[in-house]
Amino acid sequence: MKRNPTPRPVHARRAAAGLVFGLATLAAALAVPAHAQEKVLRIAMTAADIPRTLGQPDQGFEGNRFTGIPMYDALTHWDLSKADAPSVLIPGLALSWAVDAKDKTKWVFRLRPGVKFHDGSDFNADAVVWNVRKVLDKDAVHFDASQVGVTASRMPTLRSARKIDNLTVELTTSEPDSFLPINLTNLFMASPAHWQKKFDAAPGATPADKAKAAWTAFAADASGTGPFRMARFVPRERLEVVANKAYWDPKRTPKIDRVVMLPMPEANARTAALLSGQVDWIEAPAPDAMGAIQSRGHKIYFNQQPHVWPWQLSFAEGSPWLDKRVRHAANLCVDRLGLMKLLGGMMSPPKGTVPPGHPWWGNPKFDIRYDVAAAQKLMQEAGHSAAKPLKVKVQISASGSGQMQPLPMNEFVQQSLKQCYFDVQFDVIEWNTLFTNWRRGAKDPTANGANAINVSFSAMDPFFAMVRFVSTKTFPPVSNNWGYFGNAEIDKLIADARTSFDDKARDAALARLHARIVEEAPFIWIAHDVGPRAMTSRVEGVVQPRSWFIDIATMSMK
Amino acid sequence: MLAYLLRRVLYTLPIMAGVALVCFALVHLAPGDPLVAILPPDASEDLQNQLRTLYGFDRSLPEQFVSWVWRALQGDLGTSIASNRPVTTEVMTAVVNTLRLAVVATLIGFFFGCLFGFVAGYFRNSWVDRGASLLSVLGVSVPHYWLGMVLVIIFAAQLNWLPATGAGPGGSGDWVWNWEHVKHMLLPAITMSVIPMGIVARTVRALVAEILAQEFVVGLRAKGLTHFGVFRHVVKNAAPTALAVMGLQLGYLLGGSILIETVFAWPGTGFLLNSAIFQRDLPLLQGTILVLAMFFVVLNVVVDIVQSLLDPRIARS
Repeated sequence: MKRNPTPRPVHARRAAAGLVFGLATLAAALAVPAHAQEKVLRIAMTAADIPRTLGQPDQGFEGNRFTGIPMYDALTHWDLSKADAPSVLIPGLALSWAVDAKDKTKWVFRLRPGVKFHDGSDFNADAVVWNVRKVLDKDAVHFDASQVGVTASRMPTLRSARKIDNLTVELTTSEPDSFLPINLTNLFMASPAHWQKKFDAAPGATPADKAKAAWTAFAADASGTGPFRMARFVPRERLEVVANKAYWDPKRTPKIDRVVMLPMPEANARTAALLSGQVDWIEAPAPDAMGAIQSRGHKIYFNQQPHVWPWQLSFAEGSPWLDKRVRHAANLCVDRLGLMKLLGGMMSPPKGTVPPGHPWWGNPKFDIRYDVAAAQKLMQEAGHSAAKPLKVKVQISASGSGQMQPLPMNEFVQQSLKQCYFDVQFDVIEWNTLFTNWRRGAKDPTANGANAINVSFSAMDPFFAMVRFVSTKTFPPVSNNWGYFGNAEIDKLIADARTSFDDKARDAALARLHARIVEEAPFIWIAHDVGPRAMTSRVEGVVQPRSWFIDIATMSMK
Repeated sequence: MLAYLLRRVLYTLPIMAGVALVCFALVHLAPGDPLVAILPPDASEDLQNQLRTLYGFDRSLPEQFVSWVWRALQGDLGTSIASNRPVTTEVMTAVVNTLRLAVVATLIGFFFGCLFGFVAGYFRNSWVDRGASLLSVLGVSVPHYWLGMVLVIIFAAQLNWLPATGAGPGGSGDWVWNWEHVKHMLLPAITMSVIPMGIVARTVRALVAEILAQEFVVGLRAKGLTHFGVFRHVVKNAAPTALAVMGLQLGYLLGGSILIETVFAWPGTGFLLNSAIFQRDLPLLQGTILVLAMFFVVLNVVVDIVQSLLDPRIARS
C-alpha cells in the first residue's frame, strides 16, 4: 500500500525547484564543451604533416589549400566563390596589373591600400619586393632555399621586383610572359616586419644561421594578411588558426572562430574520425565508406577539378604511339563511365585537359568518347587485330599524391584497351621514383622500356596544364615533356599565348593550343579527379569550386 | 661484474658504427631524388642543381657520411628537408610519444602474456591451457593494423566510446596522464600489445612447462611446499627469460609501428618514419632510423645487465 507523501510547504518546494534548476543550469554550463561556445571547424587533411606555414606551403596544392590561402594572400587570387563555373583569376593584394607597353618583360602591379599583416605592420610595395627576394635573391639575408623549390618552379619566368612607390611595384620576367599574373597566385605575402623580429631574436653565429632560425620561428608563429591568423602550431599534429576579423575583404571575413587542421594520411582513419565526431570535415574519404558517411547524415562534396589523370605517351623512336591512329584509338577505347562506376562516381570523364566551357577549351576536332567500333577500325587500319595486338608498356605507381587509385584504375584501363587490340603491360614502381623518372624522360634507362607513364597533374595554369608537356623547350631534363612531344606549330601556339597580354586574347590563344593538343593526342585522357570531401551537416555555406582549392573563410558553422 | 659491464658496453661501439653506416647506405641506395619533397618535378634543371648544392647533395657519399656522423656525434642530426625543422627535435618528440604508447602497450602485453603463459604452462593440456594458447596464437597471428581498424570501427565509429585518432584533445604537446588523454591511447596501446602478449605467453608457457619438469620442483613439492609456493619458484626461474623477451619486444615497440601509428594518427616514430618515407626526407629518415637503432642497441645492453643481475651465472659465463 502506497503512503501519501506528507505535503511540503510551498516555499520549500520552490526552494527545491530553484536548487534543481540552478544545478541543472550549472551542469549544462559545465557540460558545454569549449568548442560549442566558439565556432570551431576541425579538418582532417590527407597530408602526413602540417603543410609548411611560413608562407610557401609544401605538400602540393593541399598545402596551398590549408596553410596558404587561409593565412596568406597573394597579389592575384583564384575566384573560389562559384561551383558552376571555371575558377578564374581575380585581384588579390593587387588591385590591377598591366604589362609595360614598350618592354613586355616588365609588369606594373598596383597594390591594395590599407591592408595590414596579422602582426599589425603594413602591406606595401616593400613587402612585395621582400617576398620576391625571399625566393629569388640568393644575396638577400632572408633568402630561404627551402622555399625556392615550391615557389620558383611555379613562376618560372619571374626574375625580380622593384618598388615604384609605396603602393606600386614593378615585376620583371626573363621573357615576355602573359602567364605571370596566374603564376603569382602561388607567391604568398609573409610579413617582413614580423620576420625581422624573429631574426633579431634568433640565435646563430652568422646571418645565414640566424635567418634559418628566424624562418623556423616564423613558421611556428606566422604572420600573413589572410582571413585567418595562426593561433597554435604543434608540428606534425595540429595547426589552429583563428578568424582575422580585421580582414580587408568583408565578403571573406570569417564567420568561423577557429579552424583546427589535423594531418591524417590514412583514409580509413579520416573516415573513422568523421564518423566518431572527432572532426567535422575530411578530405578524400575512403571510397567504400561513402554510403556509411551519408547514412550518418554527413554530406559529400565534389566537383570537377583542374586535374588530369592520364597516360602520357612517348614519341621517342620506336614508340608504338607514334601512329596518331593508335593514339586516337586508345582515347576512344577507354570506358570512362565504367571507370567512374568503379570509383563510386568520384571522377569526371575528360574531353581533354580542360573541360568544354573552360576559357581554354577551343572546340577540338577530335571528340574523346567511348566508341569501341571506331577504335577497332583505327587499330585495324594501323595493322593491328585481336591476333596481332599492339604491345605497350606503361610505368605506373601503386599510390601517390593525386594518383587517385592507380592500381585498380590502370587495370580497368588495361582491360578496356584489350578489346581494341592493345596488350598492355605495367611497370609498377614506387611513387617518388616514378615522379623522379617523369623528369628524366622516355629515352632514359629509368623508363625501363615503358612507352607511356601515368602521372596525374594539376591543370590550374597554362604552363602546368599544357606548355610543359608539349613544348620542344621542355624536353627532359628541362621539364615534364616526358614523351618528347612537340613541333614548330605547337611551339608557335605557345609563343602566341605567352605574348598575348590581353586576357581574352591570351585565353583565345590557349584555346587554340588546347584544341591542337587534343587533336594530336599526346595523352590518353582517362579521368579528372573530383576532389571528394565529407563534412558534417554543421558546416554551412560550403562552395566546392572547380578548383584544387576551397574557401574556408566564407563557410559558417551551425 | 664490472668487467662484464665494460665488455658489454665496448661491444656496442662497433655495433653503433655499423648501424650508422648501414642506415646511411640503405637510405641513399634507394632510388629517387632526395629533394623530391621540396622540388616539384617541373622545377628547372638550374633550380635542381642550385638546391642540390645548397643541401649538400652534390658532394660525394663518403663526404656526406663523414659530415653526417660528425654532426650526429655532437647531437645534430641535420635539418628535415620537408619541414626545415631540426631532425633531433623532430625525432625526440616522436620518441617520447612512442615511448608513452610503447610502455603502456608493453605493460598490457607483459601482464596478459605472463598471465596466459603461466596459467597455460601450469595447467598444461587442460582446457585452460588450450584457451590461453589459443589467445596467444591469435595475438601473434592477427594482423595488428587490421585489429586496429576493427577496434576503431567498433569503439570509435559505432559506439563513440573512444576517439579514433590523435594523441589527446590538444595534441601530444600538452600531454597529461588524465582520462581525456589516456582514452586516445587505449585503442592503439591495446592493438600494439597484442603481438608482445602472444610472444610472451608462448615463451612463458614453454618455460613454465620446462621448469615444472625439472627435479628441483619435485624436491620443492617433497618439502611440502604449497602450489603457490612452487608457483613462486617457477615464476622466479622463468622471470629472466621472460624479461629478456619483453625487453626485445619493448625495443620493437619503441621503433614505433608504422601501421598502427598511421591508422591512429599517433605522432610517434612510426608516423614520423611513414611521413619521412613518403616525402623522401633523407635527413629525417636517417636520423629516425639511427636513433631507433641506438635505442635498440642500448636496450639490449640494459636487458643483458638486468638479466645478469637476476641470474649472476650469466655474468660469470
